[in-house]
Amino acid sequence: MHPAYSVILFTTSSGAGYGLLFWVSIALMTGDMPHTHWSFFFTFALAVALITFGLLASTFHLGHPERAWRALSQWRSSWLSREGVTALATYLPVGLLGLLSLLKITTGAEPFLALLCAMGAVATVWCTGMIYASLRTIKEWNLTLVPVVYLALGAASGGLLMGLMTSIFGGQNRWQGAATLLALGVVLVLKLVYYRHIDSDDGAYTAAQALGMGTKSIRQIDPPHTRPNYVMREMGYDVARRHALRLRWLGLLCLIAIPLVSILLGMMAGLPMLFPYLVAVITAAIGLMLERWLFFAEATHVAMLYYGAPRA
Amino acid sequence: MTCLPKTTDKKLGLVIDLDICVGCHACVTSCKEWNTGGYSAPLSDFDPYGAEPDGAWLNRVHSYEIDNDHWKGTVHFPRSCLHCEDAACVTVCPTGASFKRASDGIVLVNPDTCIGCKLCSWACPYGAREYDQDDGVMKKCTLCVDRIYNETLPEEDRQPACVRACPTGARAFGDLGDPASAVSQSVEERGGFNLLEEFGYKPVNKYLPPRKGSDHAPAVPTTPAKTTGAPIEKLFAWADRALSR
Ligand code: SF4
Ligand code: SF4
Ligand code: SF4
Repeated sequence: MHPAYSVILFTTSSGAGYGLLFWVSIALMTGDMPHTHWSFFFTFALAVALITFGLLASTFHLGHPERAWRALSQWRSSWLSREGVTALATYLPVGLLGLLSLLKITTGAEPFLALLCAMGAVATVWCTGMIYASLRTIKEWNLTLVPVVYLALGAASGGLLMGLMTSIFGGQNRWQGAATLLALGVVLVLKLVYYRHIDSDDGAYTAAQALGMGTKSIRQIDPPHTRPNYVMREMGYDVARRHALRLRWLGLLCLIAIPLVSILLGMMAGLPMLFPYLVAVITAAIGLMLERWLFFAEATHVAMLYYGAPRA
Repeated sequence: MTCLPKTTDKKLGLVIDLDICVGCHACVTSCKEWNTGGYSAPLSDFDPYGAEPDGAWLNRVHSYEIDNDHWKGTVHFPRSCLHCEDAACVTVCPTGASFKRASDGIVLVNPDTCIGCKLCSWACPYGAREYDQDDGVMKKCTLCVDRIYNETLPEEDRQPACVRACPTGARAFGDLGDPASAVSQSVEERGGFNLLEEFGYKPVNKYLPPRKGSDHAPAVPTTPAKTTGAPIEKLFAWADRALSR
């Protein structure tokens, strides 16, 4: 599948934003970050900014961004619509909590609002993953693992940002570091399982099934059009296997290995955590982009059976 | 709205005969010609006469060399929306712009509400939907819905443009939900099949397989005809020998 940059930007940015929203809400609920402190407000605001930037980026690839509101209507059948609904619904508790924090008002409802924010974050990221996982036409996406990976990546990237913000504001953080390291470990395991799975799956459908004939061989002798059309450009994106393997390792190195090592070294040396988290956030951002780019570039579409793919 | 109707009153669709399609692309160009002036905005083209022509078309014709267990040959293969019964292209649509009509089963896109998110094209296993960069909406075969019910057209023209244009009659239009219809009958007789049956979208359009070469090849005698031993034959045999010395 063609890796559209707006979609890569949208899913990584909003994923990290929702991850951060999740952690900061949890911190409020556990009492680690009182909502009347600036550390809370700015961390919360960063989450909202990333989410909003991501959602705006997602409308860049629409043919008619001004009609985007229509996408809220078909939640009965469409995961894309559900994502829109959950994203919008999450803005309600987010807006309220943000306002209370900005005005330093305490009402007692904050933990409840924080719970709604955390739930909204999880639900929205799950829907994002399900948009892809629900497409039976793309075997690399049509897996329960896909939304789970989206959640884990959100937790890991949001956790790194949370660590960075906490170290900037010098707040205390009893469990955040451990939770982030754990999330990074989970991502590593899930991605290795994912890569193993897609490498071992040649695809259930053949060109002979697509054409209903050609049990021995099928050769395209005349293409239907002289230059690639929309279908070929969108679904026929092909990344060389060797190239993809190298990018996979580079992605995991940037996304998992360097942040893990950087944070662990910082913790063991008892250094101020600002620098280790800064390194971790920057490399993880690069790693996340690589991961998402590959998620698209390595995905193959059944329609390519009509354009010479033997299996899909 | 993007939930699919449980059943449709009719199952209008096409039956495409792969035995007689000659790959002339007449259906492709007539489809473009009709639909570019149809109910949606024109099917736009970019650089149509240049080196990188690119545009939205609703029907494409491939040509393959096929080797099957019993026969081998060139097959021209038209490909357009199959108006599937279980069409996920409809259910994934977030806006309700994609829909399947309960009355006749035609799958359509409303060009006034489509946001151009392209998700429906990802959900189609047949590559039947093409995005129109110019209009920013998705385009697909409409089964010429603006012809088949169009009472301003003469009766014989109330057929899809591609069906009317095909010089060999390789495309037929009708109700595949009615077992007595001509299209259903031909599917029955010729062993019409579904594309990618295993995928499970239950396409309405059917394809008729190429006839096997041996079905209509002239019979070739396997043993030479016996000689009768008549004097005239002996004379010719003698002449043949004498002349070939
Ligand atoms: S052929 Fe593709 S676009 Fe047409 S109904 Fe089936 S899935 Fe939808
Ligand atoms: S491109 Fe248009 S018709 Fe297709 S899923 Fe998106 S809104 Fe629906
Ligand atoms: S039925 Fe109409 S829209 Fe569909 S392929 Fe034929 S000419 Fe094109």
